[in-house]
Amino acid sequence: MRRKKSVRKSKWLVNTVLAIICLIWTIPTLGLLVSSVRPAADILSTGWWKVIPHRGWTTAEQLQLPKDTDLREPIAIQDRTYTDDELRSGVEVDGTRLIWENRRARLLNVQEKAWTSNLEFTTQNYETVLGGKNYSITMPDGSTKTEKGSGMGRSFWNTLAVTVPATVIPIFIASFAAYAFAWLRFPGRRTMFVIVIALLVVPMQVALIPILRDYTVLGLNGTYFGIWLAHTAFGLPLITYFMYSSISQLPKDLFESAFIDGASNFTIFSRLILPLSVPALASISIFQFLWVWNDYLVSLIFLGSRPEVQVLSMNIANLVGSRGNDWHLLTAAAFISMLMPLTVFFALQKYFVRGMLGGSVKG
Amino acid sequence: MELQAKKGHTLRLLLLSLLVPALNIAIHGLFFILFRDAGLHPILNAVIAVIWGAFGIYFIYYSMNWVVEQYPDQWKRRVLPFVFIGPAVLLLGWLLVLPTLRTLYLSFFDSNSANFIGLANYAAVFTDRLLVMALRNNLLWVFFGTLACVTLGLLIAILADRSSFEKIAKGLIFMPMAISFVAAGVIWKFIYYYQPGQEQIGLLNAIVVTFGGEAQAWLSMIRPWNNLFLIAILIWMQTGFAMVIFSAAIKSIPESILEAARMDGAGEIRIFFSVIIPYISGTLLSVTTTIVVFTLKIFDVVMIMTGGQYETDVVATQFYRQLFMFQNTGYGSTLAIVLLIAVIPVIIINLRQFRREGGF
Repeated sequence: MRRKKSVRKSKWLVNTVLAIICLIWTIPTLGLLVSSVRPAADILSTGWWKVIPHRGWTTAEQLQLPKDTDLREPIAIQDRTYTDDELRSGVEVDGTRLIWENRRARLLNVQEKAWTSNLEFTTQNYETVLGGKNYSITMPDGSTKTEKGSGMGRSFWNTLAVTVPATVIPIFIASFAAYAFAWLRFPGRRTMFVIVIALLVVPMQVALIPILRDYTVLGLNGTYFGIWLAHTAFGLPLITYFMYSSISQLPKDLFESAFIDGASNFTIFSRLILPLSVPALASISIFQFLWVWNDYLVSLIFLGSRPEVQVLSMNIANLVGSRGNDWHLLTAAAFISMLMPLTVFFALQKYFVRGMLGGSVKG
Repeated sequence: MELQAKKGHTLRLLLLSLLVPALNIAIHGLFFILFRDAGLHPILNAVIAVIWGAFGIYFIYYSMNWVVEQYPDQWKRRVLPFVFIGPAVLLLGWLLVLPTLRTLYLSFFDSNSANFIGLANYAAVFTDRLLVMALRNNLLWVFFGTLACVTLGLLIAILADRSSFEKIAKGLIFMPMAISFVAAGVIWKFIYYYQPGQEQIGLLNAIVVTFGGEAQAWLSMIRPWNNLFLIAILIWMQTGFAMVIFSAAIKSIPESILEAARMDGAGEIRIFFSVIIPYISGTLLSVTTTIVVFTLKIFDVVMIMTGGQYETDVVATQFYRQLFMFQNTGYGSTLAIVLLIAVIPVIIINLRQFRREGGF
């Protein structure tokens, strides 16, 4: 009886600790998501958590001072005087706060503490980031400024054009190779497979300089074809290894009966092996897809800065570099780039986890 | 008569063996030129790229296989495996194996690869202030990053195993794995954001100010500990990976062993250290090596967050800067080789593991 009680108590503790950890893990993403739909002016003036109801200053009434009030002199309001500086940052008197609403028009806010939340949302950030036109936005101090969209829409399609082939091609090549390694006999088979395993963790940095030189000679820099090949080569060792462990587990009888029926290796591969390996293929495809989609270094080096082939990760990185404080743009851009991975992740979590369990050696 | 027919047959095979690869090269070459020069609408461009990429590769295998199928049986058996592994071997050779050797070669030459200078680049890696700093920071990454990911991953896996909302918890912790380091960089840059004045919109500074502290520019002050703020991002992203794998390993522990330990009066902590840890030691090793390799090559986070400024450079970012900003191929290659040397123990572990599992 006592034991049961202590178990229940420890379960309560486990749940609480885990819930706190989960909260800490989720808050960063949540902050990004909330910020991405807030107006630019709000993001820069208040923290994103202010959308949660909290005790804050709300304007109860407004005071119109005489238009000719001299701001360099102490300003008299309700029997007391304040300086302009005080009114700019807000000054507290008996539980109320006085702060300029519009300094030039001499309009003053009288604020009180009350429950409030900044629930103003907009899709403007996304429109600006996706399109390539000019947009005007309102800044915290009331001024407007014009900014050019960053053409993320284009980058999105470019990323797709890079990612899908860079997923399909290596998986095709690796599956054929894995089939040969597992079920065909040929000289050099063992040596080659050992090399594949050794290449699993080789850092790609070690290959970049020579590849870049070859690409320059062949005119492959800044082309989709070039980056497909690079991603294919960097992904091949893991995918081959992964597919090998799946294909080599298939029962031998399967092949023998197919051979007796006169099927060729190609037929066996495409009619028998591929359909039987669908779960493995799904897992490793997701893995490779996300890897290429999220990649930054390979595209940075082989696509260069040509705007017409730029992918999402580079686009965001450029934004970070050139518009580092424009959080309304950065958050929206980052969320757009996360949309695809998160969809894939939540829709196909089972396969993703399985791919990771098998691919934990990837370098 | 028969001999002549056979000769004609051989000639035809030879011709096919040359023509089909040539045809493949011609078709894909055409596509390549079309893509480079046409300047299509982005969506159309993406659609055609996807179709070309996916069907092109199938067509190459299909046509090559068709040629080999025409061969006499004995030749077919000999040649076919090479059609199957050919593309993989060619690509790996051209884009991974040879480049590694060429990089090794370049690392013995000076900045523009003109003069042989022996081991001078390697000496520089361990004396040049910038490069030594990159090495030091990489050690910080490897040590703190791996330690935190593995410990937290294990802790969360065990907590989740005993909690009442395991699935949701694992999904939430695991989610950052799916997003890119670039996006994660934006997320965390926002958290660390510092602006002069009272109102802080960066979460970390807001918390610090609430508790009466002073807002800081976390990424550029308090060196070298600003590296830890970057490492936190890695921990946020990779703990999920460690957790999922540990979770699978923990679930594979037979209930009877745990039950037996409990019968003997072992407490939960004792069970953890004397039953669970030894049981999953293999997994522990492989997760640790994976994260070590990952942190050794860390690039994106540092590049996005600081660009390697404020003494946060790591080997991979220094590699990039040496190569593209200082045009120093010698240093660049040497740094790449240093990374390679660092992962050699892992390669050996992998090969041993493979042999132990039966190899071929």
